[in-house]
Amino acid sequence: MQTASLTEYLFMSGLLFAIGLAGVIIRRNIIVIFMCLEMMLAAAALTLIAFSRYHTVNGLPDYDGQMLMFFIITVAAAEVAVGLAIIVALYRARQTVNTEDLTSLKG
Amino acid sequence: MNSALLLLIIPLLSAILIHFLLQQKMASIAAILGTIGTLVTLGISLSLLSSDAVGCSFNWAQIGDFNVNIGIQLDQLSKGMMVVVTGIGLLVHVFSLGYMKDDESKARYFGNLSLFMFSMTGIVLADNFVMMFIFWELVGLSSYLLIGHWYQKDSAADAAKKAFLSNRVGDFGFLIGILMIWGITGSIVFDQMALSAATPFLGAAVLLVFCGAIGKSAQLPLHVWLPDAMEGPTPVSALIHAATMVAAGVYMMARFFFSIGFDVIPDCSAVTIAWIGGITSLAAALMATQQDDIKKILAYSTLSQLGYMVMAVGLVDPNAGMFHLYTHAWFKALLFLGSGAVIYACHHEQNIWKMGGLFKKMPITGITFVIGTLCLTAVPFTSGFFSKEGILHAAHESNPALFYIAVAVAALTTFYMFRLLFIAFFGKAKDEHAAHAKEVPLVMAVPLLILGLMSLASPWIGKAIPALNDFHPHIGLEMNSVTIASIAAFVVGLAAAVVFYKGKESDPLANNKVMQLFRNKFYVDEAYAILIKIFQDLVAAIVHFIDEFFINGLLVGGLTRIAQGTGNLFRNHCQSGRLQGYATLLGLGAIVIIYIVTFL
Repeated sequence: MQTASLTEYLFMSGLLFAIGLAGVIIRRNIIVIFMCLEMMLAAAALTLIAFSRYHTVNGLPDYDGQMLMFFIITVAAAEVAVGLAIIVALYRARQTVNTEDLTSLKG
Repeated sequence: MNSALLLLIIPLLSAILIHFLLQQKMASIAAILGTIGTLVTLGISLSLLSSDAVGCSFNWAQIGDFNVNIGIQLDQLSKGMMVVVTGIGLLVHVFSLGYMKDDESKARYFGNLSLFMFSMTGIVLADNFVMMFIFWELVGLSSYLLIGHWYQKDSAADAAKKAFLSNRVGDFGFLIGILMIWGITGSIVFDQMALSAATPFLGAAVLLVFCGAIGKSAQLPLHVWLPDAMEGPTPVSALIHAATMVAAGVYMMARFFFSIGFDVIPDCSAVTIAWIGGITSLAAALMATQQDDIKKILAYSTLSQLGYMVMAVGLVDPNAGMFHLYTHAWFKALLFLGSGAVIYACHHEQNIWKMGGLFKKMPITGITFVIGTLCLTAVPFTSGFFSKEGILHAAHESNPALFYIAVAVAALTTFYMFRLLFIAFFGKAKDEHAAHAKEVPLVMAVPLLILGLMSLASPWIGKAIPALNDFHPHIGLEMNSVTIASIAAFVVGLAAAVVFYKGKESDPLANNKVMQLFRNKFYVDEAYAILIKIFQDLVAAIVHFIDEFFINGLLVGGLTRIAQGTGNLFRNHCQSGRLQGYATLLGLGAIVIIYIVTFL
């Protein structure tokens, strides 16, 4: 079976990251932005796994990166909970999740 | 120690003691101290006359091989001048004891008098131009302080300021002149200045040095300060603005001419100086004919006589000028102190039209005033006659036009002095105060008597005459065209005064158009006011523009506007509050960092 090479993995990861960044910059809905952020995190995790897969120690792949990945996913889950809580709180306070209307940081 | 040094130290010490120690609390002691100090300096001056003491010199500043010394030059010129300065100084001090008895800042007055004595001594004894210039400025300062003695009066404060500023204009030229002389002769010491050849550059230098004399001796066009300086106390007018300080210009020019030698003085500069003196003399005499203030008449008369002296200097006969300075100092101080006595007796009334009949009520003042007048108007066998004859002679020989001017001035002098005499001293009393005038106390009468004596005797005290090159004044009556012209001028002036003013109650010429021109001093003050206004407004406009546009608009305002503008730019466009903007910047920043780390 033909497996993907490291370059293809990294390209895929970069693409995901770019799509996520574009989404963060372009979209106005804060929930979509949040989802895009998660996608960027996933892209970073994918890079980690790819390197881990192609890095051999004593003839075997190095699984340390894949171990780390589980921790990242766990922490990301917690972070999503906090993030969604913040969005809910924000909506309660402002009755909107549109970033156009959330400009109180303006100098 | 050189006794001549004491001449400088005593008045300086007295000034310091009075100003810093005695002050107004011990005003009477201050007055006595100043008077005794002057008495001692007079004694030293007299003892120096017959001694052959030489000067001395201390290094004061050294710059490379250029030395400035504080030095004393003792010769007939300075010794004689010292006698004049300390002699009249002493009499003025004594007179002031009476005149300023009840003044509320008597200590300040006597302190400043001592300061003046110190400065004037410095000018007379200076052996180099830089030292002379330093003391030159110091007399300017003491003159300023004394004119403004009654500074609570606006007119006195203004007059002091005017005197100081007018002098400053002249001193600017003087300073440049000193530098040019240093450039030409390579020395600032009078003894080392002798030159062998004249150059056009020297001509300019002589005229610039003369600028100092124009300011100090109040020649045209800087004469305007002297009449105003009469706002000061009358003894000050006698000492500073008649006898000594205003003559310092003539003294300085004589010293300067002796130093560089008569042969090298360029003709054009000398003629310019002579003409300035002649024109000043004539203009001042014309103005004096229509003044009503007794001190103003004497002030214009001083201007006119100073013009004579400057004319003599310009005719390259400084000895004649110095001889006239010497005789004039005595009789003009006498006239001023006499006017002071009159003013004192009439309760500070200075208008001659409110006096009258004073001769009988104040016999000592009256007689001495008449003596002074006779000397000033050059009646034969008075001191003024001999010294004026010297100047007329010099003019007669080298410049006929100036000779006629000088004779006309002599006639005018007689005219205005007898006008003053007839109105103030004879006729009927025209005012309450004049009717009840009493003779002044002894402390004021004695200086008048001594000055009266000196006015008559001065030409015969040959040793005290400040002049050089074995000067022997011509003393005697010898009928030639010069003496005849002089006597004729006196007769014409006297006749005119008798015709117009004998026994008059008001000025019969007051409405004459020409006379009004004289009364208003040829409108010189007004012309200066306009000139200064135009200049000042122009300069102010330019300065205002630079200040508003360049400094305020571009420099100060420009910098703040740049900072503010940049700040606004970032605030409005970066600190927008939009999450996406921040995210974009964050992304861009990350990309830039990655680019730098990876590819550079």
